[in-house]
Amino acid sequence: MIAEDESSILLSLEFLLRKAGFDTRVARDGEEALGVLTAFRPDVALLDVMLPRRSGLEVCRFIRAEPALAGTRILLLTAKGGRQDLQNGLAAGADEYLTKPFSTHELLERVKALAAGKGSA
Amino acid sequence: MLEGWFIVASSFAYIGLLFAIAWYADRRALAGRSVIANPWVYSLSLAVYATAWTFYGSVGRAATDGVGFLPIYIGPTLLLLVGWFVLRKMIRIARLTRTTSLADFVSSRYGNSALLGGLVTVIAVVGILPYISLQLKAVSTSFQVLLQYPQIVMPPPASSLQVMQDTAFYVALFMALFAIAFGTRQLDAAERHEGMVAAVAFESLVKLVAFIAVGVYITFFMYAGPGDIFSRAAGRPDLDVLLAPFGGAAGGYASWAWLTVLSMLAFVFLPRQFQVAVIEVTDERHLKRAAWAFPLYVLAINLFVLPIAFGGLLRFPEGGVDADTFVLTLPMAMHNEGLALFVFIGGLSAATGMVIVETIALSTMACNNLVMPVLLRIRIFRLTEQRDLSSLLLDIRRAAIVAIVMGGYFYYLLAGEAYALVSIGLISFAAVAQFAPAVIGGLYWKGGTARGALTGLTAGFVVWFYTLMLPAFAKSDWLAVELLERGPWGIELLKPTQLFGLAGLDATTHAMIWSMIFNVGAYVLVSMLGSQRAGEHAQATLFVDVFRQTGEPGSRWRGAASASALQALVGRFLGPARAAELFAAYARNRGVERIDDLEGDRDLVRFAELQLAGTIGAASARTMVATVAQEEPLEIEQVMTIIDEASQLLAYSHRLEEKQAELESATRDLQAANESLKELDRLKDDFISTVTHELRTPLTSIRAFSEILHDNPDLDGAERQRFLGLVIKESERLTRLINQVLDLAKLESGLAEWRSEELDLRDVVADAVSATSALFKAKGVVLETRLVPSPLVLGDRDRLMQVLLNLLSNAVKFCTPGSGKVIVRLAGDGGTVRVEVADNGVGISAEHQNVIFEKFRQVGDPMTEKPAGTGLGLAICRRIVGHLGGRMGVQSEVGRGSVFYFILPVAAPGERLAAHG
Amino acid sequence: MDKPITRAHRIASLFLLGLFLFNYPMLALFNVSHTVLGVPVMYAYLFAAWALVIALAAAIIEGRG
Repeated sequence: MIAEDESSILLSLEFLLRKAGFDTRVARDGEEALGVLTAFRPDVALLDVMLPRRSGLEVCRFIRAEPALAGTRILLLTAKGGRQDLQNGLAAGADEYLTKPFSTHELLERVKALAAGKGSA
Repeated sequence: MLEGWFIVASSFAYIGLLFAIAWYADRRALAGRSVIANPWVYSLSLAVYATAWTFYGSVGRAATDGVGFLPIYIGPTLLLLVGWFVLRKMIRIARLTRTTSLADFVSSRYGNSALLGGLVTVIAVVGILPYISLQLKAVSTSFQVLLQYPQIVMPPPASSLQVMQDTAFYVALFMALFAIAFGTRQLDAAERHEGMVAAVAFESLVKLVAFIAVGVYITFFMYAGPGDIFSRAAGRPDLDVLLAPFGGAAGGYASWAWLTVLSMLAFVFLPRQFQVAVIEVTDERHLKRAAWAFPLYVLAINLFVLPIAFGGLLRFPEGGVDADTFVLTLPMAMHNEGLALFVFIGGLSAATGMVIVETIALSTMACNNLVMPVLLRIRIFRLTEQRDLSSLLLDIRRAAIVAIVMGGYFYYLLAGEAYALVSIGLISFAAVAQFAPAVIGGLYWKGGTARGALTGLTAGFVVWFYTLMLPAFAKSDWLAVELLERGPWGIELLKPTQLFGLAGLDATTHAMIWSMIFNVGAYVLVSMLGSQRAGEHAQATLFVDVFRQTGEPGSRWRGAASASALQALVGRFLGPARAAELFAAYARNRGVERIDDLEGDRDLVRFAELQLAGTIGAASARTMVATVAQEEPLEIEQVMTIIDEASQLLAYSHRLEEKQAELESATRDLQAANESLKELDRLKDDFISTVTHELRTPLTSIRAFSEILHDNPDLDGAERQRFLGLVIKESERLTRLINQVLDLAKLESGLAEWRSEELDLRDVVADAVSATSALFKAKGVVLETRLVPSPLVLGDRDRLMQVLLNLLSNAVKFCTPGSGKVIVRLAGDGGTVRVEVADNGVGISAEHQNVIFEKFRQVGDPMTEKPAGTGLGLAICRRIVGHLGGRMGVQSEVGRGSVFYFILPVAAPGERLAAHG
Repeated sequence: MDKPITRAHRIASLFLLGLFLFNYPMLALFNVSHTVLGVPVMYAYLFAAWALVIALAAAIIEGRG
């Protein structure tokens, strides 16, 4: 699942992951993301931190509190690069953290690793 | 004109004028507009130095010694040149230690020695008596001479008269009353008398004008100028001698030099000079002007002395007229009654000024350093328990003034007839010169001790008395003349006028040499052999290093008090709880269980003072501690300190309150400033963080699509085109954002360039509308304008265009395509012009209306796409409108659209008229 | 008070000059019973020297240097 409010970023992420062979669903804000998560139970959730209505961190906590989503790995995307943001993200239960702008190759590797890790866990 | 009643009436009228001046100056001082805070007035007040001695006596001296009267005035001239170093130091110290007299000053320097203060007072009073007698003699003599007009007859010797018939007695009585009225009307903690100083400055002018008037009259009207006088004198061998007065022997020059030194010292150490020069000075910088203005004054008053003396000697060749009276008798001889009366008033002025200032200074010393210490020491009076001592102090001072003036009168009776005026005055000069070693040594030599000063002063005073006072009494037949001629018990070496065989000098020089040898010798020797007490050393350091001091002098307080009283005192300033805490901690350190068990020793007092000093400053702390600790019997000088300080307590606490209020408000201001700084700092951090975020977002898209395009050369053309379009769009967004951030930064820092021109807003609106019409068409939104002709405004066309474009593009952005409608209205209203952009779009909720003008605050429909834009547009618009003196706002209802408006002031009326014309 | 040290030095020098002018041997030079312009030499000298010292003091104190 990709949750991102910037349409062009969302478009690029969707294109990349589809191309890499992932089955993707998109959400444009936090509320929508919760719905998609419950319905779709993705292996990996790409969450923008600054989502409208519910922040990426809230969504993160929701995933960690929901037993049904125990297998979901979380990759946080943020435009803020501070140390405090990183700690907040990891504290909220994120597995990985990428700062915008990111390299598409690195993003794909991270997502692939998370998806593979899910299998072994 | 010169009947007795008229002379007396004129004299009283003149004294009344002096009182009026003093009263006026005192009132001005109370109103805070001092008339004496002025270097000219200070210089004139120093001229209290010129007394009846100068006025009558200089001529007398000149008639026997030629220019021999001059060293008395050249000395002060030289002294004032070094006054900036010496006098300024004394002024500083006097301020710092709150010294009120010379006795105080000396006592303070040597560790507040009460004995020393008393000794200085005794020397000053005894030493000045001849000087006061001189004034009485001059006034009564001149009065009696004037009464004999048109005859010129010298008065009979006073000793042949009954006291009650003696003019001098009445003169003394009235002088004492004047002094009491001038100096002891109220008790002033600082012992400053503005009114007295103003009156003295005035009388200095009067005596100067009077003397110059008579000088000009005698020189140019009685005779045909100085050349005439001196050429007539050249024919007489007795006068010829006076032109070259130094008899060839070195003795004449030595005498001259000693007189110069003596007058330098007297200029500082005469009680009245110390009073006006050091105590009454309002600003030490006045010394600079005085350094040449005062010498100019004495030069002017001495210019005609020699011509008058010679004129007198020529006019009264028989010698029946005392040369001391020439100033008066010459105009009388010429039957110039008006001038004679004016001269009498001038002489009265000189004498009165001297007596008033001198007795006030002496009475302060006598009261504070002689009488009060004794009274306080005698327990029966229980003075230490009395709260208000001020009326007692005033009475003591009044009594002291009467006693001193009467003392002067009795000296006049006993010894006044034997000498000319100047010789009498020189006796006093020599007396006060005895203070020089102790004071000047004390100013520059830390090693001088109280014992040294006591010994030196005593030795000098004894020698002075022996060599100058005894001969004066002897010559008046009061003592056996044998004492002078053969020495006591027939020992020639001890002859008062030729001590140890030193002969061939005039009396003053002789006395000065011996008294100074004994005085300085004893002072230095005893000081070097002995050692200083701790308090003495502190004061010595304070005096010598006064220019290095910055704050108040260190604590002199060495008293004792009960622990509970001290704790209560500290509690009054620090709060009872804090005080209890501090005292408990102090008790623990001392190994005492309860505070009440603490000994009220000097350590505890010092501890309390230190605690207070942190809050209210050292000086106030000492004062406060003094109020609590004063029941304890202490050394006399400390009780004196307490009384002195208690009288200042009220003023102190009042000033403290003001200071505290000032500090509190300053603290509040500082806290507020600090808060707003913190807020600004936080806002700046937020702004940077937000800008960073806003920059990263388009960059992310650009990078992602670039990499996609780079990694996937096989993308189909349409998709490729679409992605490239997105890269371009995001690049544009980035550019716009950077531009706006820079724009905003410029506006906020005030670096933006503004043009100011008269604008018709209709033109600007029309241009903006036509610029955006394509945008409206593309979205299918209707754009209407309703523009009423309105006054011109002053503004920057491009900036206003920027605002309008922003509002229009915002409006179209939030309108529903197809059914949207935007109306631009322009209307003038008195002094303002209002521009509105109304849309029928989604509207803005009340809570958002407040924040949309802030940076990066965008409102979009959360269910739809984020609005395109940087979030900076409205922030920039508001700043532009604000800069042009207008304001900007929004009215909106969700679902019914929004109205953005701004209001600008019209251009100045004159310009408007011109524009319309 | 731009240059207080310089000014203090000048005043101190003037003090020394005064001591010199108003003492032996300067006084001995003028201790004659002549007159100059009808005024005794000693009298004229003392007042002239005195006026000079005062003028210099005023110049040093009130001047800008």
